[in-house]
Amino acid sequence: MDFTLTPEEQAFRDEVRAFLDENLPPEAERTPEFYGTWQKRVREKRWVGFSWPRDVGGGGASIMQQAILKEEMAKRKAPPLGTCFMGLAWVGPAIIEYGTEEQKRRFIPDILDGAYHWCTGYSEPDYGSDLASLQCKAVREGDAYVVNGQKIWTSIAVWSKWIILLVRTSTNPRDKHDGITCLLVPMDSEGITVRPIKNMSGGALFAEVFFDDVRVPVENRLGAEGQGWKVTISALAHERSSIAEVASLMRHLEGLVALARECTRNGRPALHDPSVRRRLARLETRIEAMRTNGLRYLTKQLKGEPLSSETSVNKLQRAALEIEIGDMAVELQGHAGPLTRGASPAKADGHWQHVALAWPEVVIGGGTPNIQRNIIAERILGLPKD
Amino acid sequence: MNFGFTEEQDVLRAEVRKFLDENAPLDEVRKISESAAGHSPEQWRRIAELGWTGLIVPECHGGAGLGAVDLVVLLEETGRTLYPSPLLSTTTAAAALLAAGSDAQRARWLPALAEGAEIGTLAFLEAADRLDAAGVELAGEREADAYVLRGEKCFVPDAGAATLFIVPFRTGPAPEDLALAVVPRGAEGVAAEDFPGMDLTKRIGRLTLDGVRVPADAILGRPGRVWPALARTLDFATAAVTAEAIGAAEGALALTTEYARNRIQFGSPIGRYQAVKHPLAEMYVDIESWKSLCYYAAWALDESPDEAPRYVSMAKAYASEAFARIGIDVIQLHGAVGYTWEFDAHLYLKRSKWVRPMYGDADYHYDRVAALGGL
Ligand SMILES: Cc1cc2nc3c(=O)[nH]c(=O)nc-3n(C[C@H](O)[C@H](O)[C@H](O)COP(=O)(O)OP(=O)(O)OC[C@H]3O[C@@H](n4cnc5c(N)ncnc54)[C@H](O)[C@@H]3O)c2cc1C
Repeated sequence: MDFTLTPEEQAFRDEVRAFLDENLPPEAERTPEFYGTWQKRVREKRWVGFSWPRDVGGGGASIMQQAILKEEMAKRKAPPLGTCFMGLAWVGPAIIEYGTEEQKRRFIPDILDGAYHWCTGYSEPDYGSDLASLQCKAVREGDAYVVNGQKIWTSIAVWSKWIILLVRTSTNPRDKHDGITCLLVPMDSEGITVRPIKNMSGGALFAEVFFDDVRVPVENRLGAEGQGWKVTISALAHERSSIAEVASLMRHLEGLVALARECTRNGRPALHDPSVRRRLARLETRIEAMRTNGLRYLTKQLKGEPLSSETSVNKLQRAALEIEIGDMAVELQGHAGPLTRGASPAKADGHWQHVALAWPEVVIGGGTPNIQRNIIAERILGLPKD
Repeated sequence: MNFGFTEEQDVLRAEVRKFLDENAPLDEVRKISESAAGHSPEQWRRIAELGWTGLIVPECHGGAGLGAVDLVVLLEETGRTLYPSPLLSTTTAAAALLAAGSDAQRARWLPALAEGAEIGTLAFLEAADRLDAAGVELAGEREADAYVLRGEKCFVPDAGAATLFIVPFRTGPAPEDLALAVVPRGAEGVAAEDFPGMDLTKRIGRLTLDGVRVPADAILGRPGRVWPALARTLDFATAAVTAEAIGAAEGALALTTEYARNRIQFGSPIGRYQAVKHPLAEMYVDIESWKSLCYYAAWALDESPDEAPRYVSMAKAYASEAFARIGIDVIQLHGAVGYTWEFDAHLYLKRSKWVRPMYGDADYHYDRVAALGGL
């Protein structure tokens, strides 16, 4: 074991630190103008799409450089690198791997520039965990596919310009993964209707998306017909060092400790209560477990071994932590716990109440804990499929 | 950057595993653990020749000169087969000598520990069962330049087998007024025996000191100044227990997974049912997680001592809590056969009962994590 960096890696880290010294003000001083300038600057450095090949406009970074960049950004609580979240996370990687030259030229620069948003049309009302059974249909007619069906839980559909869509192009497949095709569809296409769904926090970040004879030119197909499962799943299994997730959980925990200092139990700060202290220490231990698990995965990647099902370990850890942190924050506030923004006894103007209702975003979105447990049990432990 | 093992460490693991596969499958482990000695003196000689007993002893004192990370490799494997031997205790005694002993004292005792000629142990705990400095109440009476010890150490690992006891005792009223004595089993006034215990593969006993005279040259370090060295030794031992628990828990998981693949009920392997497969997946998540914490703690003990206490405590807290649950789940998932003496499942439950309190349970270590984190 050895955590020392090579001279080149050290030089890169110093470069990042110097950049941050110069370009990143303390959180309280970050104005709207700052965020605009920030995105321009990090784009110039090619730190947006840092892992992508240089010829498509990415940074061509090594795995270690990516880890260093992320680590330094997280330490300084820097804003995200780039604004097109889904484009950067999986649409872009899928296009780079399976797209035509024309598709790369057309989409990649816009994703890097954050010119507009992408959304993800995978889940359907009847097919969530069992995604591979999806039924939204596309029929080839000349040089277009005609799409009919429905997607649901489509995050940020309302303000997205494009959707990456999984459709069924063959109804009689040998197995259900066959016959799925991936299409890239403009959200303003004729026949698309978006109906926002209000979530339990009161927001409406996801939506139902209806497709009624929507014509999609064949040139918008990503990968071959029937290859959609492979195209999208390989992109989902992308990066997994957990650095960003750990940093965000650490911030939550810091806030939780401050809250425990402020809230009282029996007239004393809750932080003096042994059970509160132990719960906080237990959360810290779990977060550190995620961090050190991530270091082992990173090591594996550096040795050229691809990651697979082991990434479900940190997904499960994270799911439990997200739920518990929000829940504890509300519990610590006693009778102010169930009060929300605008109620004076609620701490931090209802921030924690919001956290306590937001966990489904990471716990359910992207594969539920039960599905992660199945993955570990079946693919790692070799138990029979259910 | 590399948070993995070196080629040498992989070789060490393979050698250890080979020896244990050949000499200590579980039926052999049972025989050894049920013997009066609780370990196999014949195998002890052989593992000493293989360098296990002197793994962390410097080469100049006849050891392999390796570190905590190497020890993790060794103990994960001894844990996997619940190997009964005073290896962990002897290594802890060596760690205490390394932390607190003078050059002359190291030269005097370390070679014998490395060769396996002596079986060492750290006799820290007393009846009060406290792991902090105040937990040491055994008083040393000054007599010329020697100390006379009169009292008792409780919960001493491998007390029955040990031939060399490292004994913390009190020299004054302040919590850290402590000194460390090296007490050979043969010294006048020394008596030691094991208690009966659940886990036959791990012995715990009592050391009685009835006016035992410790000459000045057998006092390690300066009286009143040894607590930091002792605390480091305790951290080292804690990491070692946590590492051995990784192997033991992986053994338990492997046994239960195998059973779940083969036991058929309602026409299907029980491992197909999620009420069976999901607890197994959770075991995997927990073992992987305390493994990562333990590896990091071991690395910190070797290379980054300031970070070590916090990671040692996180690893042990996680292990104590998770292994306790694993031990119980393993029995449940086997059904009635898990309750039999003949089937191996209970061996892991009993090991989990030994691991949990050893050098601090989850509450103890979570409290320490909280304190170290400035809460
Ligand atoms: C905030 C949020 C944002 C989302 N954003 C998007 C998006 O942008 N695009 C998109 O396509 N989708 C999105 N989703 C959908 C998400 O991927 C699905 O909700 C998820 O895959 C689960 O599917 P489901 O909701 O249909 O639940 P179901 O699959 O019906 O599951 C219901 C319950 O049954 C359990 N279950 C199901 N199958 C099994 C099994 N085999 N074994 C054991 N338990 C099982 C599940 O664990 C769950 O507890 C989002 C979801 C949320 C909550």
